[in-house]
Amino acid sequence: MIRFEQVTKVLGGRKVLDDLSFEIQKGEIFVIVGPSGTGKSVTLKHMVRLLTPTAGSIWVDGVEVSAVYGEDLDKARERFGYLFQGGALLGWMTVAENIALPLREKTRVSEEEIEARVAEALRMVGLERDGGKFPSEISGGMQKRAGLARAIVRRPEIVLYDEPTSGLDPVTARTIDQLIRRLNEELGITSVVVSHDLQGALLIADRIAMLTGGRFVEVSAPKAFVKTEQPDVRRFLDAQFISKEGIVGM
Amino acid sequence: MITREPVFTDASDNVFVNAWRAVLLGLGDIGRAGTLTAQSLLLAPLLLGSRRSRAELGRQLFTAGIKSLALITIVGMFTGMILGLQIGLELRRYNQEIYIGSAVMVSLLREMGPFMTGIILAACVGSSMAAQIGTMTVNDEIAALEIMSISPVRFLMAPRMAAMVVMTPVLSFYTSILGVVGGGIVGLTQLNVPWSQYIDNAMSIAKCYDLYVGLLKAMVFGIVITGVSCFEGFTTEQGAVGVGQATRRSVITSILLILVLGYIITRLFYDL
Repeated sequence: MIRFEQVTKVLGGRKVLDDLSFEIQKGEIFVIVGPSGTGKSVTLKHMVRLLTPTAGSIWVDGVEVSAVYGEDLDKARERFGYLFQGGALLGWMTVAENIALPLREKTRVSEEEIEARVAEALRMVGLERDGGKFPSEISGGMQKRAGLARAIVRRPEIVLYDEPTSGLDPVTARTIDQLIRRLNEELGITSVVVSHDLQGALLIADRIAMLTGGRFVEVSAPKAFVKTEQPDVRRFLDAQFISKEGIVGM
Repeated sequence: MITREPVFTDASDNVFVNAWRAVLLGLGDIGRAGTLTAQSLLLAPLLLGSRRSRAELGRQLFTAGIKSLALITIVGMFTGMILGLQIGLELRRYNQEIYIGSAVMVSLLREMGPFMTGIILAACVGSSMAAQIGTMTVNDEIAALEIMSISPVRFLMAPRMAAMVVMTPVLSFYTSILGVVGGGIVGLTQLNVPWSQYIDNAMSIAKCYDLYVGLLKAMVFGIVITGVSCFEGFTTEQGAVGVGQATRRSVITSILLILVLGYIITRLFYDL
């Protein structure tokens, strides 16, 4: 469904992505992990053309996203929902207005239908009582959930999650993980998740990819991922107290 | 993409190479700012098409106009008073202080009204636009709009542009009127020029042509302030520091352009 073909991205004279090639299947939860500054978010931003590759191409179901402009780019982006690290809610609108925004601006759906879909999205993320609040009146975790509700309200085929659990307490982080899994199972959404949180990744992923030095050094299913001998992955797993048998006790 | 990918260039040892790169980057920025300004001007009439857009336009008209009104009132009044006093003191040496009305009126209609209004709006409204859009850029809100296929130019810039195109000439006219009143107060209280004589003298010299050129100038200033401020906002990088720098640049660039364009418009519309 999403295919990177020899993508290279140079920022500040440094190759952030180096001849990166991979493919994500429809309905899959694909988690990209790796140390800070290795280009995980850069990879995600290329999928919706917030960044353009220095070399190579990115394809989404036969459309070369890295080469489209104008209305074609709008069409390509309409297939995506995107959860930003901070939620990226508009501060002068309430949570419900934020969620309704893509419907009001880009569809001809009736106001009753919009209200119903916003209520459904709020219910899915557990914010049914907070629609009338402004982003500044809710916590960071709630802002992320509201951002997620906005990302899914147009029923996209693909949702991109940029650090969906960073800065959250463990309980809220697991709630978000469950939500990602549920959206995948109930709505068949293809999900690409960028995360530091390996424990969450092991819970939800169909495949996990480790990005280091601008390339994937390991792409495998969670069970194979924890058993790999790849040294970068082992270091990353050890740092989060994950051994080949699972999470290490204290 | 409206948000700009970071531009990195390795510094060269050759000063001319660095200067040339800076010129190229500057020209690129001018082109982008001009394109955004033209797009927002073309999209502005579409705002009347929907209830939500009209409501947003109303909010921006309120922000640009009503929120600046108190400052504009004080500045307009004192600009006229200073002009009246300075011109009156000189004219008094020749016992011609009764003519301050005409001097104040011409100065305000042609130049000082639009100029002072432009400066105030650049400092109050333009800086606010750059800071708000800049904050939205660094918080990924602009990127979020783009991913939702909502044009930030249509959604954010066009209502601000339309509001400034309408409000800058209106506020410029208001500044000029208040300045004339301020000059009259100074004439009456400091220079013993009767009010009726001051007004008769001022109205005798007032021409519609001067008023129209002044209003055109103000409208151009409004377009420039919005174009510069929104461009700076959309191209903000590096968090809170970047927002501060974008705000500062928007005010400095707007004021410089107001000065330069003010001269050019005056030169175009008045023969030597």
